[in-house]
Amino acid sequence: MQLLFSPIIAIISFFEGIGRYVLLMTSMFRSFNRWHKYISYSIDQMIIIGVKSIPIIILTAFFSGMVTSVQSSYQFSSWIPDWYVGSVVGESVLLELGPMITGLVLTGRVGATIAAELGTMRVTEQIDALESLSFDPVVFLIFPRIVAGIVMFPILVIVADFFGIFGGWFTASYTMDVTSFEFFKGFRTWFHPWDAWFGLIKAVSFGFAITSIACYYGYFTKGGAEGVGKATTLTVVISCVTIVFLDYVLAVMFL
Amino acid sequence: MIKVRDLYKSFDGNKVLKGVNFSIETGEAVAIIGKSGSGKSVLLKHINGLLKPDSGEIWVDNKLVNTLSFRKLQNIRAKMGMVFQAGALFDSLTVGENIGLALRRLTKLRENEVLERVQSSLIDVDLQGTENLMPAELSGGMKKRVGIARAIAIKPDFLLYDEPTTGLDPVMTDIINRLIVKFQKINSITSIIVTHEMRTVFDVSNRIIMLHNGKVQFDGTSEEIKNCNDLAVRQFITGDSSLVC
Ligand SMILES: Nc1ncnc2c1ncn2[C@@H]1O[C@H](COP(=O)(O)OP(=O)(O)O)[C@@H](O)[C@H]1O
Ligand SMILES: [Mg+2]
Repeated sequence: MQLLFSPIIAIISFFEGIGRYVLLMTSMFRSFNRWHKYISYSIDQMIIIGVKSIPIIILTAFFSGMVTSVQSSYQFSSWIPDWYVGSVVGESVLLELGPMITGLVLTGRVGATIAAELGTMRVTEQIDALESLSFDPVVFLIFPRIVAGIVMFPILVIVADFFGIFGGWFTASYTMDVTSFEFFKGFRTWFHPWDAWFGLIKAVSFGFAITSIACYYGYFTKGGAEGVGKATTLTVVISCVTIVFLDYVLAVMFL
Repeated sequence: MIKVRDLYKSFDGNKVLKGVNFSIETGEAVAIIGKSGSGKSVLLKHINGLLKPDSGEIWVDNKLVNTLSFRKLQNIRAKMGMVFQAGALFDSLTVGENIGLALRRLTKLRENEVLERVQSSLIDVDLQGTENLMPAELSGGMKKRVGIARAIAIKPDFLLYDEPTTGLDPVMTDIINRLIVKFQKINSITSIIVTHEMRTVFDVSNRIIMLHNGKVQFDGTSEEIKNCNDLAVRQFITGDSSLVC
């Protein structure tokens, strides 16, 4: 009996969770008409989410670009000229690596922070206190974080793209027999502007997904410090899965 | 005036409140007592609309709180200060900003009046000069007092205290009990003090309501509770676990 029911209960609570998430997002979107009141909080969040993530994004993007460069030249057989490296690096960074690295790194850096912050506010009754002072906690806490995510992720992805390609070029020109001219010739030959735009579409979706999932788990935290830990872990796990899934869905839709 | 009628509330099948009834007149100071987990905080959160009942009615000044929209609730909340169990100070804001946030949101004071009111509320709770400290720098008792300052700063008609003295040393307990009595006397505020400390109960209230098994088990004065023969009540006020109820 137990064995029969537990998967059913799991499925029900899964859909319950989705329902609560949708309701939370609905009330968040409904508050858009009062956005001007909360724009200053959004700017604070943009600084926390965006500006402070730049160093880690630069570092990870740079190394991913270098690795791509090394691996593609390693895989090329003798009849593919090495200057094709530029095209491989360009395409993979713009299409996949830039957005994906940004997404995964920020799941840890931004998603976990948001979940822990809101979770702590929930279990220490700060969210109740906000509401008792007539602040709408959804508007006050969730809206600025999601707006900051949607605005800052594309910017961070542009940074990641730039440093990824820079990393690829750096390796190609210093450790391989590829001149800068050849590298960028390869880059330009297969460059489609749409690929860069597609990367930015991904960035916006990832930004929304990560911040909204983190807000959801943080906002509905219960059960003290242990609950905050659970909310943070769940945020990271679910965000990673969602990003990989979104990555695939968007590729099917747009490419 | 606060009136609670047939209040039912459960969380995922855990029936916490099972038909709670009472009413509190303007200017009364009422203590709500009961074991941990008996639903005292849940009850308090219904009174200012933080939780919605499964069924039943909560009236505050002849307004049915549980049906009001967020915006209409603002009028009630502007008259109602709530003191949370551990203070619930916003930890990204200083003490002064915590109190100022309440004033800027719920009153029409001008900026210089806000700053004055922040000062005077801190003086009321004996914490002058702390407005630039962060909550993390305060002791437990200080946090609770800042929480009280934030609640009284708006000059409310109602004050709801959730365990204002739990976990504090006897001297701090006495300080806070005196504060509660002081605000009660000055402005003839209607106060509800949720607690399980009998000392606080007898110091600050003239009426006691006891929650037990999701219902009101006792409702009367402190003399009446001392002479009450109900086992659950006796067990609670004497702290004698050998009584079976
Ligand atoms: N938001 C909530 N979600 C689920 N259960 C809750 C929630 N708030 C309170 N409870 C449960 O309600 C019961 C009463 O809690 P509470 O009112 O905090 O007790 P106390 O009398 O100690 O203040 C407890 O069993 C608690 O677990
Ligand atoms: Mg409680």
